Amino acid sequence: MTADAEAPAVNEFITKTVAENDVVLFMKGFPDQPGCGFSAIVVQILDHLGVGFAGVNVLQNDALRQGIKSYSDWPTIPQLYVKGEFIGGCDIVREMFQTGELKTLLSEQGLLT
Amino acid sequence: MPMPADELEARLREAFPDASIAIEDLAGDGDHYRARIVSTRFVGLSRIRQHQLVYAALKGKMGGELHALALETTPA
Repeated sequence: MTADAEAPAVNEFITKTVAENDVVLFMKGFPDQPGCGFSAIVVQILDHLGVGFAGVNVLQNDALRQGIKSYSDWPTIPQLYVKGEFIGGCDIVREMFQTGELKTLLSEQGLLT
Repeated sequence: MPMPADELEARLREAFPDASIAIEDLAGDGDHYRARIVSTRFVGLSRIRQHQLVYAALKGKMGGELHALALETTPA
């Protein structure tokens, strides 16, 4: 199947994943073995804050890799979602971490213990 | 497929004529850049919307021809 033919199924998978998990990171590689420096930075930040998250490796499937970009209208990976809302990519997450906004957001959502 | 820094800057200048734009070639390979953009067009927009405006200006090159572009956008 081509990536286009898979698009509806991929979109459904993304919608379901961000609905069922409080914190989701679409990334290259796995949380314990990131395949890209930008994904690694976001994993480190989430680990540092001690928040649990579902890591989805977009490299497993080309339709997913393209699908997540259309889903958010965002051209790059990683992408962080909190409670179904797109938060940003590496630069935004890093900036929000540095200003303390990310911690506040996660804490307000009851995701930090 | 890298993009020369002057081409990147030209595209950004075209989209943000009023902006102050600073581009750094992070790895010296024409493929990993940081752009700092200060523009009135960012006023009142969330960070996501600000970055989406920049990506729109690059007309689909981001994530393809341009592998890595670290962005810092600031409303002027």
